[in-house]
Amino acid sequence: MKIRLKNKIIGGTVTAASALSVILILGIIVIMLVVTFIGGKDTLTWKFLTTFPEEGMMKGGIFPAIYGTALLVIIMSIAAVPFGTITAIYLTEYAHEKSWIAQTIRFAVRTLATVPSIIFGLFGLGFFIKFVGAGMDNWFLGGHLKWAQPNLLWGSLTMALLTLPVVIVSVEEAIRTVPRELREASLALGATKWQTIKRVVLPGSVSGIMTGTILAVGRGAGEVAPILFTGAAYYLATLPTSVSDQFMNLGYHIYVMSTQSANVDQAMPIQFATTLVLLMLTFSLNLTAVLIRSRLRRRMK
Amino acid sequence: MNSNQATPGLSFTAESLRKKFRFSEFFAEKLITSVAFLSIALIILIFFFVFRESLPAFKHRPKATTEQQKITDGNKPESYGSSGTEAGSPKPETHYGTGASAGENKPETYTGSEPAAANKPESYGLVKDTSISADEVNQDESLRPSSGQESEGTLSSLFSNEWFPVSDNPRYGLIPLFVGTLKVTLIAMLFAAPIAIFAALFSSSFAPAWLREWIKPAIELLAGFPSVVIGFFALMVMATFLQNLFGYETRLNSFVGGIAMALAAIPVIFTITEDALTAIPASYKEASLALGASKWQTAVFVTLPAATPGIFAAVLLGVGRVFGETMIALMATGNAALSGLNPFESVRTLAATIGAEMAEVVFGDMHYGVLFLIGSMLFIFNFSINAVAEFYVKGKLVKKIQGK
Repeated sequence: MKIRLKNKIIGGTVTAASALSVILILGIIVIMLVVTFIGGKDTLTWKFLTTFPEEGMMKGGIFPAIYGTALLVIIMSIAAVPFGTITAIYLTEYAHEKSWIAQTIRFAVRTLATVPSIIFGLFGLGFFIKFVGAGMDNWFLGGHLKWAQPNLLWGSLTMALLTLPVVIVSVEEAIRTVPRELREASLALGATKWQTIKRVVLPGSVSGIMTGTILAVGRGAGEVAPILFTGAAYYLATLPTSVSDQFMNLGYHIYVMSTQSANVDQAMPIQFATTLVLLMLTFSLNLTAVLIRSRLRRRMK
Repeated sequence: MNSNQATPGLSFTAESLRKKFRFSEFFAEKLITSVAFLSIALIILIFFFVFRESLPAFKHRPKATTEQQKITDGNKPESYGSSGTEAGSPKPETHYGTGASAGENKPETYTGSEPAAANKPESYGLVKDTSISADEVNQDESLRPSSGQESEGTLSSLFSNEWFPVSDNPRYGLIPLFVGTLKVTLIAMLFAAPIAIFAALFSSSFAPAWLREWIKPAIELLAGFPSVVIGFFALMVMATFLQNLFGYETRLNSFVGGIAMALAAIPVIFTITEDALTAIPASYKEASLALGASKWQTAVFVTLPAATPGIFAAVLLGVGRVFGETMIALMATGNAALSGLNPFESVRTLAATIGAEMAEVVFGDMHYGVLFLIGSMLFIFNFSINAVAEFYVKGKLVKKIQGK
C-alpha cells in the first residue's frame, strides 16, 4: 500500500514536472510575443514602416532597414535555394544511401547547420572580402577599392552559406515524399533519369522547396552576427543602389539602437516597434513553413 | 539476333540494351555531383580561411618585440606607443596597430642577423593549443635578460588573465573570455537541459496524440525567434525583472545571459531529445506496460534510459549552440572581461568578443589575428561537438536499440 502511494506521488511529480516544462516554454513564447507587442504597437504605424530614421534615429521610421533586409534575403535566396536544391537532389536521387560520399556530405551539411553564425561572419570577412573581393579589385580594377569592403553582395552570400543547410534539409524531406511508383512509371515510359527528376520529382517537391525558402528567409532575416562585418551599416542616408553598397538591416538596427543609442530610454518605443516588426516577420514566415510542412508530413503518412 | 527476326521492330540486342550515352544526362549528373560537394568544400574553406586570417597572431613573436625594445634601449615602454604616433596614425585606437606593424618589419632584419630565429615561428605555431610547451618557457626565459619586463602584446599573453586589446600595452589574455563563456554555458545548460528534456518526455510519453501534434511545432517556433530578439528581450525586460527579483548589483551579468541563451538552446535540445524518445521501438514500451509498469514508470525507467545517447547528443548540440551564440551574449552579458566565478558578475564571452571588436581592429595586426584565432577555436570546438554527437552517439543508439 505504501509503495503504491509512493509510486503515485513520484508518478504525479514526474508527469506534473514534464507538463510544467511544456507550459513554461510555451509561456515564455507567449510572454515574449505579448511584451514586444505591447511595447511596440503604439509606434508601429504605416508611417513608421515607410520613412527614414530622423534625429540620430531617435525618431522617424525604419524603411531603409526593411528595404536592406528584403534585398539581403532576396539575394541570399537566389544563391542558397538552387545550390541547396541541387545538393538535396544529389543526396536523394544520385548518391547511394550508404556510400561514403553521401555520408560525408550529410555530415558536412549537419556541421554547417551547427557552426556558430559569428564564424560565418569571420569567413565572409576572410574569404569574400579579403580574398575574393581583394582579388577582384586587383585583377579587374587595378587596385581600386570597390569589392574588398563590406557590401550587400558579400553580406548576402555569407547569409546564403548559413541558410544552405536549412534549404537542403527541407528539400530533401520533400523529395522523399514523392512516391517511388511515380519515378518508376516515368522511367518505365522511357524517360531518362534527368528527365524524371526534371518532370516528376521536382514538380512533386515544389512545396518542399517553398518551405525551405521560407525557412531560409526567416532565418536570414533574423540573423545579425554574419553581417556584423560583412555589410550591415549603422546608418545610411540613402538606400543601397547596387550590390557593392552597404545596407541597413532590421536585426542590426535593433542591436545598435539598444546597445549604442545615445539615449536608450528615449529610443525605447522605436526599439520595441522594430523588434515587433522583425518578430512578426520571422514568426509569420516560420508559422507558414510549419503549416506547409505538417501538411507535407501528413501526405507522407 | 533471333529475336530480331521473331518480332520485327523490337530489337533487344546487347548493343541496344546498353545505356546510351546522352550528353545532357552526363552533364546533369556531373553538375549535380559537383554542386553537392560544395558543402564539404565549404567546411574546408571555412576552416582554412578563418585559420589563415588568424596567422597575424603568430607573426608577432616575443623575440621581435624584444629586439625592438633593445633598439629603443633606455626608452620607457611608452616610446613604443609614441613611435606609432610618429607613423601618423590619427586614431588613438590604432596605436598598437602601427606599433605592431613596426614589429612586423623587424623580424626580417632579425632573421638576417641571426638565422636561428627563423625556426622560431614554426615552433611557436604549435603552442597555439592550450598546452604551454617547454618552448615557450624558453622564450620567456630568453626575454628576461634582454628586457626586464613581460612580453606584452604577444602570444604568451594569451594565457594571461587580462584582456586589454585596446591600450598602449595590449594584452590578449583569453582566460577571462574562456571563464566567461563556460560560466554562461553552464548556467544556460542548467536551465535549458532539464526543461527541454522534461518537455520532450511529456510530448513523447504523456501527451495525447492530438496535443503532441501541437506542442512540437509550437516549441519549434521558438527556434525561429532571431537571437537578436531574444537578446533584446533579455536586455530590456528580463534583466530588470531578474534584478528586482534577486537584488544583485550589475544589471547585465552571466546569469541573465545564461537564461536568455537557455531560450535559444531549449528548442535544439527539445527537438533532438523528442526525436530520440520517439525513435525507441514500441515493443520496449509494450513489454514494460505488459509487465505491469505504469505509464510514468515506463517513461522514466524504460524509454528515457534507452534514449540516453540521443539525449546526450541533444545536450551536446545545445552546448554548441550556446557556446557560439553571439548576439545574446553581446546584448545581455555585460561584456566585461572578468574572470571571477560569481554568476551575478558581468562576463565577456568568446563569440561576443569577436562580434564587438572585429569592426574596430586594424586589418592584419595582432588583435585582428587573435580574434580570428578565437574564431578558429570556436569552429574547431563546434566541429568536434558535432562529430561526437554524430558518430559516437548515433552508433551507440543504433546498437542499443538493436540490442547488441
